[in-house]
Amino acid sequence: MKKKFNFLLTFMGILCVSAGAYAADLKVGFVYVGPPGDFGWTYQHDQGRKAVERAFGDRVETTFAENVPEGADAERVMTQMALSGHDMIFATSFGYMDPVINVAAKFPNVKFEHATGYRRADNVSTYSARFYEGRTVIGHIAGKMTKTNVVGYIASYPIPEVVRGINSAYLAAKAANPNVQFKIVWVFTWFDPAKEADAANALIDQGADVIMAHTDSPSPLTVAEERGVYAFGQASDMLQFGPNARLGSIIDDWDPYYIERVQAALDGTWESTDTWDGLAPGMAALGGFGDMVPFEVRAEAMALAIGIAGGRIHSFTGPINRQDGTPWLAEGETADDGTLITMNFYVEGIEGEIPQ
Amino acid sequence: MDISSIDPVILIASLMVSSTSILLAATGELIVEKSGVLNLGVEGMMIIGAICGFIICVEFKSPFLGLIGSALGGALLSMIFAAVTQFLRANQVASGLALTLFGLGLASLLGHSYTGIKPPYLPKPNIPLLSDIPIVGKMLFQHDVVVYFSIVSVVAAWFLFQKTKLGLIVKAVGENQESAHALGYNVIRTRVIAILVGGSFAGLAGGYLSLVRVPQWTEGMTAGAGWIALALVVFSGWKPLRLIIGAYIFGGFTILQLNLQAIGIELSVALLSMTPYIVTIIALVLISSGKGRVGTSTPGSLGKVFMKVR
Repeated sequence: MKKKFNFLLTFMGILCVSAGAYAADLKVGFVYVGPPGDFGWTYQHDQGRKAVERAFGDRVETTFAENVPEGADAERVMTQMALSGHDMIFATSFGYMDPVINVAAKFPNVKFEHATGYRRADNVSTYSARFYEGRTVIGHIAGKMTKTNVVGYIASYPIPEVVRGINSAYLAAKAANPNVQFKIVWVFTWFDPAKEADAANALIDQGADVIMAHTDSPSPLTVAEERGVYAFGQASDMLQFGPNARLGSIIDDWDPYYIERVQAALDGTWESTDTWDGLAPGMAALGGFGDMVPFEVRAEAMALAIGIAGGRIHSFTGPINRQDGTPWLAEGETADDGTLITMNFYVEGIEGEIPQ
Repeated sequence: MDISSIDPVILIASLMVSSTSILLAATGELIVEKSGVLNLGVEGMMIIGAICGFIICVEFKSPFLGLIGSALGGALLSMIFAAVTQFLRANQVASGLALTLFGLGLASLLGHSYTGIKPPYLPKPNIPLLSDIPIVGKMLFQHDVVVYFSIVSVVAAWFLFQKTKLGLIVKAVGENQESAHALGYNVIRTRVIAILVGGSFAGLAGGYLSLVRVPQWTEGMTAGAGWIALALVVFSGWKPLRLIIGAYIFGGFTILQLNLQAIGIELSVALLSMTPYIVTIIALVLISSGKGRVGTSTPGSLGKVFMKVR
């Protein structure tokens, strides 16, 4: 029975593919965790989708599904996309990892691209940006700009990507200001402006005067603006949301990668790869400084950014101990990508525990 | 880490702000359900309220007009629901769900050019004497008008259903539509008015989000608050005053766990986040089993389509 069903699915898939082939050479689907108008994470991915449309015109047709929850529902959405003739699917959130692998196994002819994950298959590539490099730079700015020595950090889910960001920001802030302390709040959502605002308020109530966020909406920045503290743009520049509060920003730029991968699919040269680009190729970029950032701090931040992009500086350079005091990196040693990609521990000096 | 670094005054003040929008939406929905109509479109009406309020607030540079606009926006959207369910007699559950989907989409469309704009802030009224009382003043009397309005409206709803003839008519329509009709009350008209009132409350709840609490417009910014409001009505057992308790417990848990995290207390975040939902489920079980001392007043004709046959 199940076999029959699978056959039927494949058959329907072929029908759809052939029907779609008349319209464009390649049909590309994007799966978003939030709305394209979040002015953060999903917004930037949607900019990438638009860049693909501009670059290829009629040769490529793109579609997207927004607000797709991570988990079983994502599997349904991607199966639907594969069945309706998509040749390539970009799944743009970490939580789509297992659904992507499952759906990819059923549709070997569809090419999958999964953002920020680490599971690959013959038709599944992964890609991510080294956001932690950007966080080193803004962490430095945070350390220099805080007057209360308390930096508030709004974290989404306890996944390696987020933990890595906290660690790199903390190490840079600590190097810039030995008295700095991080207060971390986990909100267990990527996108909930009201809850993100509540978290920012709670952190400010607890003395934080610089807010860093690893969620998708600009609402922490808006709250910072209203309460007269500092914050950063996250994923997108976000300057307009807090002109007096925004010290700087990390910008995700997916356009070149998306165009390159779609081109490869069109040329027939696409194969499963693992891409992890940082400040140097510009997949993670930095926005301009806020006016309140003093000249010396800007110069130091620029020097850090240039050093990282040039490969002279690594965000994780020893000596670094783990939170429990056990040594992780020796003097001068830098972290390997394997450890970074599965990072599930805080470095020494961060208080609290990573929720399980 | 020291738990005393959480100031209970600030905690209570912020939980009141955080609970206000679900409290408003739940009050509106309670009035709707009391009249025997189940409108699952709260989320959709909230988001429409959020964007309508935002647009009006930005265009006229007046947060007060914005709040009124948000209520009107919610009421306008609920008119669609009223037309479909009361006059065309469509299934209320399906129509409500459709209303949410429609509202979310329409709000994105309307709000397209309004992202990244800062609305003028809603000024907080300065209440003389009361706000100067130490502790209590800061906790209770330094809020914006909407916070007070939400509490007043719950009390007003209680008064309406307990003490007035109008409230009795609405309850009669909701309890037994045939009897109410036989007694000469206009069932459809009563329900349409209740739906509009519910819509304006939901709209105002959305407007509070985009104008006061966040304050900005972002697509999908209600992020499920409408569903929490629906759960809250069930939790309250359709009794208005319990809405305040439910909403403040819900908001309180959210704010408390964020603050506990901020001061570094180790606790199961996942467990605390789901507590309000667990409480709702327990309340539901108690209500539906008819056991325990949970007095309830589920309207007898809730969700039923009314057809004038006699």
